[in-house]
Amino acid sequence: MTEGQVRPVVTAPAAVLSTVGAEVDPTDPAIVQLAADLVATMRVSPGCVGLAAPQVGVGVQVFAVDVTGHPKAATTHGTFVLCNAKIVEASRWKAGREGCMSVPDLTGDVKRAGRVVVEAVAPGSGDRVSLTTDAFEARALQHEIDHCAGKLFLDRVAGAHAIYQRKVYL
Amino acid sequence: MHELAITVIGPDRPGIVADVAEALAGVGANLTDSTMTRLRGHFAMTLICTGAGVEAASLALEPLDGVTTTVREVDHADAAAGGEPWVVSVHGADRLGIVAAVTRVVAAEGGNITDLSTRLAGSLYVLIAEVDLPPGVSDELAEQLAVAGAELGVEVTLRRAESEML
Repeated sequence: MTEGQVRPVVTAPAAVLSTVGAEVDPTDPAIVQLAADLVATMRVSPGCVGLAAPQVGVGVQVFAVDVTGHPKAATTHGTFVLCNAKIVEASRWKAGREGCMSVPDLTGDVKRAGRVVVEAVAPGSGDRVSLTTDAFEARALQHEIDHCAGKLFLDRVAGAHAIYQRKVYL
Repeated sequence: MHELAITVIGPDRPGIVADVAEALAGVGANLTDSTMTRLRGHFAMTLICTGAGVEAASLALEPLDGVTTTVREVDHADAAAGGEPWVVSVHGADRLGIVAAVTRVVAAEGGNITDLSTRLAGSLYVLIAEVDLPPGVSDELAEQLAVAGAELGVEVTLRRAESEML
């Protein structure tokens, strides 16, 4: 297992956060290292349930997710990293409040699918992965896949009164 | 029917809404639509009420502590005929003229902004506008917004508003 290094998290308005991430070769050692670094950085960030490569300044389609123990989670798959992920099925749309380490001062109400099927490849092995999940893990996946496409939750908030100044850093 | 349009602005403190509502109720002014928010610590409230004259309402609000109020009589206005509801999101580095440029593009396509909020968080500027658009202009507006966004160096998204309420 590659040892991960904690990388600095970039915040909006950074150009990399609004750039469509490149597809990667999941067996590239640099991508395997990036995957480990994303997990390491997510682990040291309080309340962080997901982190995408653009958030550490790398414009590629790689992200880490771990919603284990989150009160809004139902199905969980522990800690995992996916490359080149695509949503192939989405249903049960529901609004919910979300924040982002790259937009630390604001949160917003965003409608997301409550059930998704995601297809991707695993870093290292390059194995194809199909992941079916729901509830908060589904929301986290959609948020991270958006990052890989150069989108922030700000691009999807429900309306003018659906953004909020964050009061506590959770 | 005559209505009063009232604004109340001042440094925020507990009790401003209660003070305003009480003062207006005391002169028989009935609050219809109102909105209140805090803008960088400033209390800001706009409201429409009926049932009282300008003078009575002004006198009732005058003694309120620490706030600036305006009262004027307005003719009853029907809400402008609605178009298709859309949402515009803009975010990027703060600079002069973002709101002006984006809203001018919306107006030029006949879009009517029905709700707007902007936030400055550090160096990040965020604008979210709800817009009623005439049928068939959304593609053209999206193109014009992309051009304006590129000139301003900000990200702009135009999308259909969800009809379901949160």
